[in-house]
Amino acid sequence: MAKAPTFRTCPDTGLKIHSQAEALIKANAVVAVVYLLVGGLLGLGVALTRWPAVHLLDAETFYAVLTAHGIDVLLFWIIFFEMAILYFASAILLNSRLAAPWLAWVGFAMMLVGSVIVNYAVLQGESSVMFTSYVPMQAAPEFYLGIILFAVGALIGCMVFFATLVVAKEEKTYEGSVPLVTFGAVVAAIIAVFTIASGAIILIPTFLWSVGIISEIDSVVYKIVWWGMGHASQQINVSAHVAVWYLIAAIVLGARPISEKVSRFAFLLYILFLQLASAHHLLAEPGISSEYKVFNTSYALYLAVLGSMIHGMSIPGAVEAAQRAKGFTHGIFQWLRRAPWGNPAFSGMALSLVMFGFLGGISGVILGTEQINLIMHNTLYVPGHFHATVVAGTTLAFMAVTYLVVPLIFRRELIWPGLLKWQPYIFAVGVAGISVFMMGAGTLGVARRHWDITFSDSIFSFDYPPAAFLMMGLNGISAILAALGGVIFILVVVGSILFGKRREEAAAREAPMLTPAAMTYGTAGTWHLPGTYILVGVFFTAFVLYYFINWKFLSEVWPLS
Amino acid sequence: MAISPPERRLWWKEPIGRAEVIWIAVAFVWGLVMFSAMIYWHIVGEQNLSNEAYRVDPEVFAARAEELADKYKVREDEVTGYPIVHPPPGSDIYLIARLWEWWPIFELEEGQNYRLHLSSLDWQHGFSLQPENINIQVHPNYDLVLTVTPSEAGEYSIVCNEFCGIGHHIMVGKLLVVE
Repeated sequence: MAKAPTFRTCPDTGLKIHSQAEALIKANAVVAVVYLLVGGLLGLGVALTRWPAVHLLDAETFYAVLTAHGIDVLLFWIIFFEMAILYFASAILLNSRLAAPWLAWVGFAMMLVGSVIVNYAVLQGESSVMFTSYVPMQAAPEFYLGIILFAVGALIGCMVFFATLVVAKEEKTYEGSVPLVTFGAVVAAIIAVFTIASGAIILIPTFLWSVGIISEIDSVVYKIVWWGMGHASQQINVSAHVAVWYLIAAIVLGARPISEKVSRFAFLLYILFLQLASAHHLLAEPGISSEYKVFNTSYALYLAVLGSMIHGMSIPGAVEAAQRAKGFTHGIFQWLRRAPWGNPAFSGMALSLVMFGFLGGISGVILGTEQINLIMHNTLYVPGHFHATVVAGTTLAFMAVTYLVVPLIFRRELIWPGLLKWQPYIFAVGVAGISVFMMGAGTLGVARRHWDITFSDSIFSFDYPPAAFLMMGLNGISAILAALGGVIFILVVVGSILFGKRREEAAAREAPMLTPAAMTYGTAGTWHLPGTYILVGVFFTAFVLYYFINWKFLSEVWPLS
Repeated sequence: MAISPPERRLWWKEPIGRAEVIWIAVAFVWGLVMFSAMIYWHIVGEQNLSNEAYRVDPEVFAARAEELADKYKVREDEVTGYPIVHPPPGSDIYLIARLWEWWPIFELEEGQNYRLHLSSLDWQHGFSLQPENINIQVHPNYDLVLTVTPSEAGEYSIVCNEFCGIGHHIMVGKLLVVE
């Protein structure tokens, strides 16, 4: 029989906080940050190897490290952190107990054991099959088994989240509809279930194939189903980090969406269309029709892109409205100049939003255009794109929200505030460099997942243009900068949790992080947002121009049909 | 605010601002433009990936490629001894991808059409024609047939851009285009 849940009252918000929910948030967040450290350092090893002048690792180590890097950051860092977000958005924001905490701990343990097994399998050297593990290349059976365990654990976490929503509704811990941030988390969890189901459908037979029970897995079918997991799992991140953007804007500025209705509608578009786009990775494949490719890669009619573009106006609009309400009404951009740029939670959110939109979003649409994909498929353009979405977008947003989680959940003051102010900028400049220079190298044809672009051991020589080598060097320098930003983040967070000044209840009650105004519901209540309209106009112009430039590039290559 | 439940149950009856409606309309129309662009390019564009693909046994594919190479071999590459094959314009040509080479070396004529067959004899590979920068996935058991028209004479390289094991980075082939 489970013990009766124990609660404390949050001095900042007045919300009831379930001790088990809090413990699970802490556990998941801590493991996530450990994987960010491990995966991030492996990533630095990758970038320093791909810098031809440095060429750090030998080929065998490089391919193992690249495999572990992808899995550790793309799956483990992000999904552990998302579990923390799910528990926060359900139990904490709804003022409720977490349903079946013991089950959530079982899920957590499975994820942890699974992730350790995968790392063991990869670093042992027998499973350098990359994140995608395309058949018929084969990894050790424990590689697939570890991912399956991890996925089932994550599925259990999603179920606990859904059950908590039911419990909160039943026990009437809140009235009416769930808050927008919880709504975003629901979207993330729904996509997660779709993702994990796709993963199970393909990885269970692949595991059986690796132990010799199934004789063959079709390589195209594998990719179709695998990307139902591989791409959709990145859409969990999009939903989760958009929810985090709203959360940070709300906590730091008391910002309200310009229209909650529209923001919820945009999340709804994600549920309906964001899981499509597995074809982004199948555009250069044989045996899949153009009709399917066009429909799937465009999320039906770019309806998920529409959702993101709506958030792209709603969030800066919310910030502008909140700032104007504070009296920063001079001119078009005073609200922006006078935003709290020294608060790393805010600056991290703002940089994440801008880089996700301009670098990740635009490049993703272009990469996912059926024909344009021909001049980008499997080049470094692809990692350039997804470092903008997953590192600049998701990771930076999660870092920013961690700066709120530490005082609110861990009850510690952040240490080294002077250094911390710079962290989002250092990381953002590094990641922007990684993304832009990889996209640049990809535009010049440089292959991804490639140990030696000088082809020094090949029987045929080939030289990429000198500009490509420059790009790879700049990519390496950017990676060092991003790693520095990452290390500062981890030192500050771990240091604060261990040694930070305790946030006493009384002091927090006196100076809460959230203003009472921030805790009341409502939309922004103003449409006078000239700054936001100009920013959105700049974004749209950049999008249209870059889109047509790539059609021009495509039209210059050999005709093929 | 975004972290509190809506106070009024009928939150969806809140008004929407004109600017937001305009933005949604613009974004929606832009989505339609981008969607139509792909269809438009299928009709008038010259660079579309073929939808013609067949199941093929790797041994059968290898035999076809070898037969073609024997028939139209014009000389050997001086350094590597790879056969250089000059097939007649308009014909079906078979390029083998395998660990870790592209075989054989084709010599094609500028401005002529060829039906290029791509398949792998083992794992997946990536056909990346450089410096042209055309990139196509190559699968085992699938024969992808596409019509290519080399538009400029010169010496081209085929880099493998799908990770295919420890020799991935040495997997480079050649393609020649003559006037």
